[in-house]
Amino acid sequence: MEALSDEFKLEMQRRMLRIRAFDERASKMVKRGHIPGTVHTSIGQEAQVVGATMALGDNDYMTGNHRSHGHPIGKGSPLGPLMAELQGKAAGVCKGKGGSLHLADFNVGSLGESGIVGSSIPIAMGAALSSSVLGRDTVALAFFGDGAANQGVLYESMNMSGVWNLPVIFLCENNQYALSTPAHTVTSGVISERAAGFGIPGVRVEDGQDVLAVYEAVSTAVARARRGEGPTLIEVVTYRYNEHSEGLRLGTDYRPADEREAWLQKDPLVLFREHLIANGHTAEEMDALEASIVAEVDEAVAFSEASPWPDASVAFDDLYTDSEYAA
Amino acid sequence: MTVMSFLGAIGAAQKEAMDADERVIIIGEDVEANVYGTTGGGKTRQETGDFVQMYGRNRIRNTPISEEGIVGAAAGAAMTGLRPIVDLSYSSFLYMAMDQLVNQVAKNRYMFGGQASMPVVFRSAMFYGLNTGAHHSDRPYPMFMNVPGLKVMVPSTPSDAKGLLRSAIDMDDPVLTFEACLLWGLKEEVSDEEFWVPFGVARTHREGSDVTIVAISSSVQEALAAADALAEEGVSVEVIDPRTLVPLDRDAILRSVAKTGRLVVVEPAHRTCGAAGEISALVAEEVFDSLKAPIVRVTAPDMQIPFSPSLEKQMYPNKEDIVNAVRRVTGITNPTSTLAAAGN
Repeated sequence: MEALSDEFKLEMQRRMLRIRAFDERASKMVKRGHIPGTVHTSIGQEAQVVGATMALGDNDYMTGNHRSHGHPIGKGSPLGPLMAELQGKAAGVCKGKGGSLHLADFNVGSLGESGIVGSSIPIAMGAALSSSVLGRDTVALAFFGDGAANQGVLYESMNMSGVWNLPVIFLCENNQYALSTPAHTVTSGVISERAAGFGIPGVRVEDGQDVLAVYEAVSTAVARARRGEGPTLIEVVTYRYNEHSEGLRLGTDYRPADEREAWLQKDPLVLFREHLIANGHTAEEMDALEASIVAEVDEAVAFSEASPWPDASVAFDDLYTDSEYAA
Repeated sequence: MTVMSFLGAIGAAQKEAMDADERVIIIGEDVEANVYGTTGGGKTRQETGDFVQMYGRNRIRNTPISEEGIVGAAAGAAMTGLRPIVDLSYSSFLYMAMDQLVNQVAKNRYMFGGQASMPVVFRSAMFYGLNTGAHHSDRPYPMFMNVPGLKVMVPSTPSDAKGLLRSAIDMDDPVLTFEACLLWGLKEEVSDEEFWVPFGVARTHREGSDVTIVAISSSVQEALAAADALAEEGVSVEVIDPRTLVPLDRDAILRSVAKTGRLVVVEPAHRTCGAAGEISALVAEEVFDSLKAPIVRVTAPDMQIPFSPSLEKQMYPNKEDIVNAVRRVTGITNPTSTLAAAGN
């Protein structure tokens, strides 16, 4: 892989910090009742998110899942409308009709998150089909978890993408738990090895906390897809630091304490900060960067707080393109 | 004008749409080999071959038997610049793709605040009345009327099949079209010009003054036959085909019932939560004061479809059922009586 520029690496850290700061703030806001409904954070998985989203081009597409604040942030979506969406405000990126589970920002190629596990996978395949039929060079990437890896639609999609040679990347974010269920107790074999059955490359990134390792794997798959050589399945092993959703109290300790502790020692933000310092940056620079991101999130929250609630009529918009048929 | 069958009209609409817009593609099982008869070349087939010869495999896509993947791919493609026509063959195969149809196709535009548009058509055949048993005989359009975000069309003539399908393909919203196989061979003269039948506009097949029959899909032909028979008894029947159920031409139905004062609704779907029930409720809510008699529904019973020809025949509304229903709402039991003689 080509050596990445210093500015590119700083941008990686910037985006990982943005996801962390955004989700930490969202977590607090849920607990204070400032965000309604449920929220699933990407805290701990930032390297995996940013390594993948920054391997995509501006015009490339992606779809996400329930744990998906990080995906549009990683692809460059502004934080204000995302935060406003989490709060259900008029200025939300989906006008307050999607919420945390259904963020989408078509301006950055984010075709939407799905609250139904696995359901957005074929949507990414469809975006790749458009590229293929229309002769565009865009690629599409489907984010999904280890839970979705056991949904049949993934295998329908891998098969169809394989026979049609579509420019799509299936990216399994294996954080090792589907809510409380350990992946190894419900998953036969190794997820990445399932690609072999479809005659497509299957890659396992063992250290999903290393943003550069994820970036390299996804970049290779993106380049392959853009060359017209078809789909790739990538499994990234990672870990979520928070509970499945914010505010959830299960009362059973389904994750061993020492396991979580070991993964906390591999915090992707700390690891990459150390990498950047080892490559010529100072601790002061990194502190300043982190402070600037906290300020960005403050601004996003202020933007959201300043937004009014949506007008009641908005609930009756956007069902069809010809609104005279609505309601 | 050209005499076209129902199936030929669908093929003609698809061909026109493929010629008119390169973003239109056809995907589905067995579409290359024209197994279901709508991806052949029609009259030009001898010279030009099937669609796959005319448009190539880039735009005519045979799929594996993977309904969930097919529908999801079509949805994603529609969100990013294509206008897919998806041939799902039998209507009961839609259930395999329920998640994609209900959670993605119907909801994405709404959930994402209008960022997505979903120009995609899902075609499926209702293979009832042809002794294929319970897995192939479904008439499931009412289920999808219950999903906001989808549009539903149920054409009953070749002209409407062609014109509605052109409108559906040109529309930026998802459309499900349910095609009764009993109508496949129905022929009539169809305009050689391109034409578009608008959604939400019912067709009055026959004007009348005593009773309104709203009939859906293959029931339209049965209703027209019943109306002929009733005319001989002096009963004047208006027959309305909504053509699209979402959107529904409420005004046409309400105007007609306000005029006739009597309503019979006929459809081949199950009785509970069907289109007939919905239309009946609409009329009861809006023009109750016009009604001279209780509304009568003529539908399939809430029963699965048996295989044996001797068993299946009784399951769907036929001409006799409709004649009897009209007699019920008009209070006529003696076929020789007329409404006038009954003092009405």
